[in-house]
Amino acid sequence: MLLNLLQDPHAQHEGTKAAAKAVEETGKVDIGGTILHHITNSHELELPFFGVVKLPHFDPIHIGSMTIDLSPTKHVVMMWIVALLLLLVFTVLARPKLIPKGLYNFFESIIVYIREEVVRPNFGEKTDAYVNYFLTVFFFILFANLLGLIPFGSTATGNIAVTATLAVCTFLVTQYSAVKAQGVVGYFRHLMGGIDQMDMNIAMKAVLIVIMVPVEFIGLFTKPFALCIRLFANMTAGHVVILSLIGLIFVLKSVFVGIFVSIPMALFIYMLEIFVAFLQAYVFTLLSAIFIGMALHSGHEEHAVEAEHH
Amino acid sequence: MKTLLITFMLLEEGGHKGGLLDIDPGLIIWTLITFGLLLVLLGKFAWKPIITTLQERETKIKNSLEQAEKARRDAEGLIAKNNEMLAQAEREAQDIARKAKENAEKLKNEIAEQAKIEAVKLLQTAKKEIDNEKNSALVFLKNEVAAMAVQAAGKIIGANLDAEKHRKLVDDFIKEMPTSKN
Repeated sequence: MLLNLLQDPHAQHEGTKAAAKAVEETGKVDIGGTILHHITNSHELELPFFGVVKLPHFDPIHIGSMTIDLSPTKHVVMMWIVALLLLLVFTVLARPKLIPKGLYNFFESIIVYIREEVVRPNFGEKTDAYVNYFLTVFFFILFANLLGLIPFGSTATGNIAVTATLAVCTFLVTQYSAVKAQGVVGYFRHLMGGIDQMDMNIAMKAVLIVIMVPVEFIGLFTKPFALCIRLFANMTAGHVVILSLIGLIFVLKSVFVGIFVSIPMALFIYMLEIFVAFLQAYVFTLLSAIFIGMALHSGHEEHAVEAEHH
Repeated sequence: MKTLLITFMLLEEGGHKGGLLDIDPGLIIWTLITFGLLLVLLGKFAWKPIITTLQERETKIKNSLEQAEKARRDAEGLIAKNNEMLAQAEREAQDIARKAKENAEKLKNEIAEQAKIEAVKLLQTAKKEIDNEKNSALVFLKNEVAAMAVQAAGKIIGANLDAEKHRKLVDDFIKEMPTSKN
């Protein structure tokens, strides 16, 4: 039933106004359109007391065949709010104290956990050189996830462009660390699966290289791709489920269902989403740490570590 | 179930502008800018002081623990030393008391010995004195008795026997007498 809703071809991208119009005209609520409008990006903000605010629109920039529209959208504004919140919290509200107290105590316990339990097992002595990246990634994702759970908020991490960018950052840091740790020669040798050092004849080596190089090459991209999709899908799915449960009320036009099914279930999923917001931020950070840590330690340990985490 | 749902949605949306799977290049650039700035700013103004504070605390706790351990060891050393000193003082006190007792005993014995020797000496001196006195008394008595006997005999006989003859007579007589004891 849900799929039917989502696949409803009418007025999918028109937003709430269109949905309301559809209700007026056909007497039917466009749940799919409403949900999509909620989880996708747009050029307008919904604010309490102000209603819908149009964001300024700039002309797109053309670079070659690419068209880049740099006008701020809902998710850009959400990211800015996240950035401001992070700066406010960590430079004003939670000043470091030698004897932890209050809000700082809460955030410090998270910071210590990430430093000692997520980063240190993968980086050892290099922990403090890399910890900034993981702390920023974790809190950026966490705040973006949580902001989407607040009324009038929107989940920037539910946009695949945002999660892809974060995954690309992890990818770049991974490759940079790998080249730095193994040298350029070592990096490419690793990309060949270390075949050149194996004891076998040249024909065999050639065959293996033809097979292994694409495998290893694809392997470089699957990890960040999985990071990107995991975060995006998790953050989007939760919202879809909550909105679908609420949508049941309007589809079935039943107060009973609303009070005894939709609201309790939606509340339950909402609680789950708060947990998922923390969990996904943690998972993204942990997997990034593992991937970059693996790149730092060359060669054969990699497969052992990977097997452990699958 | 969730993943399946999303996959269907993505399939449905793919290709349309504004769909779920459309990657908006503008948003990528904004994400890069926002995240990059955040990384730099938070790194400089948040994580660095926080990590420094954590390290400071680590060293401080480590130092405090070490100091506490050192203080404990010192205190234990002091207590041990104190106990030893107490034990030694007790030992010395016992020693002193024992020595004093021994000295007293020795002194007592010495004094008693001395007194005994003194007493014996005194007794001997007294005996000698008595002997001397007795001898001189005897001599005196002998002379007296001789004189008296001479006088008496002269008176009785009335003869003119001179004193020289009589004395000789008496002396002879005394010499013939057995020597007295004491």
